[in-house]
Amino acid sequence: MERLRAAALPLLILGLLAAAPFIGFGAGHELTLLARAMILGMAALGLWLLVGGAGLVSLGHAALLGVGAYAVVVMDAAGITEAAIVAPSAIGAAALFALLTGAVAIRTTGVHFIMITLAFGQMGFFTAASLAVYGGDDGYTLYGRTTLGGARWLEDRLAFHYLCLGLLAATLLACRALLASRFGRVLRATRENPLRAAAVGFNPYPYRLVAYTIAGGIAGLAGALLANATEFVAPSFLAWQRSGDLLFMVILGGLGSPQGALLGALAMVLVEEWLSHLTEHWRLVFGPLLILAVLFLRGGLEGLPAQLRRRRDG
Amino acid sequence: MTTQLLLVQTLNGLQFGVLLFLVAAGLTLVFGVMDFINLAHGVQYMLGAYLGATLAAATGSFWAGLALALPAALGCGLLLEWLVFRHLYARDHLSQVLATFGVILFLNEAVRVLWGSAPLQTPTPEALAGGITLMPGLQYPVYRLAILGAGLGTAALLWLLVERTRAGALVRAGASNAPMVAALGVDIHRLFMLVFGFGAMLAGFAGVMAAPILSVEPGMGDTVLILAFVVIVIGGIGSVRGAFLAALLVGVIETLGRSLLPDLLRLVLAPSPARQAGAALGSMLVYMAMALILAVRPRGLFPARAG
Repeated sequence: MERLRAAALPLLILGLLAAAPFIGFGAGHELTLLARAMILGMAALGLWLLVGGAGLVSLGHAALLGVGAYAVVVMDAAGITEAAIVAPSAIGAAALFALLTGAVAIRTTGVHFIMITLAFGQMGFFTAASLAVYGGDDGYTLYGRTTLGGARWLEDRLAFHYLCLGLLAATLLACRALLASRFGRVLRATRENPLRAAAVGFNPYPYRLVAYTIAGGIAGLAGALLANATEFVAPSFLAWQRSGDLLFMVILGGLGSPQGALLGALAMVLVEEWLSHLTEHWRLVFGPLLILAVLFLRGGLEGLPAQLRRRRDG
Repeated sequence: MTTQLLLVQTLNGLQFGVLLFLVAAGLTLVFGVMDFINLAHGVQYMLGAYLGATLAAATGSFWAGLALALPAALGCGLLLEWLVFRHLYARDHLSQVLATFGVILFLNEAVRVLWGSAPLQTPTPEALAGGITLMPGLQYPVYRLAILGAGLGTAALLWLLVERTRAGALVRAGASNAPMVAALGVDIHRLFMLVFGFGAMLAGFAGVMAAPILSVEPGMGDTVLILAFVVIVIGGIGSVRGAFLAALLVGVIETLGRSLLPDLLRLVLAPSPARQAGAALGSMLVYMAMALILAVRPRGLFPARAG
């Protein structure tokens, strides 16, 4: 029963996303919005691996996303648009950035980890803003989307929608598999009781660093997709508020399992969009909503059914 | 010429540093005593600036504006504490971060609705207008010196309050071990409220004073908030003395880095890349310093909490 329940939610979400173009969400701007939600969901999954899996709260995740996006920009400026080169470069660049900064950051824990990842994120932000060749503060408009085997089929909205969906599903599966593996068990053990894990002989450092690097690679892929979705990359991709947004998606969804991150990302992007249609000052509503969610949704959105059941059963 | 520039920029840096200290002092106490991460502390600074600017315009006097803005900022802080924050003390840091981010979103937008997106201009008070000659050929605005003086004065008062009074002793004891203080019969919730309101008022004070020299606009608290967090982490969480030294350090590094690095790099690079690399490095300098300090002293320069 529990296992069924655990599989039902992600299947439902992914199924709805797959059916979306055929049940009245096929217009251009709706597909753009869904693509954005799925891409941010992918990045949030990577971040969930850190926050929910390893207990590492990073406030610099947008920088990893930005490194992936800027990898696309650098390639685009050099005239390379082939996905077989662009995607691995974006993933590799972000993973390398994560490895190098993580090697320093993971030496700290708790609030200090939050602050040191923020510091690296800000360094990335200011570096991007100073890259005059790639537009500096103003950002860089891509000549076109990445090509696949020389063909420009990513320009097709529907094809792009299903590409994002496929990669999102793959990321979710990979995160679940990773978490269930020996590696994932050690990671969770070092989160829940570092002292005990150390006593059994596990040094958390290499495990956390590998998790950080993997999350970086996922963020890099998401960044490359995001660059393609908007066909525009700016330093604001790396802003700390964006890192905050990603963190809030993860927390809002619930830290219990990776699908929480997915749920949080979709909820946040869609609610934002919905509210911004209702009123120009949608943040007046969104802010209190966040506060209420924290005060009353203890297990995040994902824990809502269980919370309701508990209330019903007294 | 260069020594004059260096002097002016150092003074600017120190003046920015004391403003940062006023914001960081409340933040570090709230964090240290209550173990509460308050991202919304930056909007207290913004509210102070807006209240000061509006009340000064309404009364026609900067001083009346200041006198009215301080209790108003205190009231806003206490209201927020009562409405939102007190429900979060027992929760984990992640919940606190998320909820206080909601407060930021709401207040930034509320300010935009009430006052509009355009920056507000506040005239410098007449008594402090004009410049003063520090050295032959070197003029410096009196108002900026006044900020520096007021900031240092407040820091001294705060030091007296924290180090030399009974309430201060309780606050320090709370920063080092809050459950123990509560067990000794101190009403920890009243202490929390006191610290919270006081911190909000200090941040508001910084906002009022910054209003004439910075543009008062929605979101102005966010940049200050991040730098204030850098300050309290460098200084050691919960330590007012650490926050003071770290704030001056961060203020000077930030100001000198941004203004002097582009010129310094021109010595080794061509003008255009020097300007770009200098601007990037200058903005990064504070964060590099923080990463370096945390790598050497992971708990900051003056950690308040024992063990």
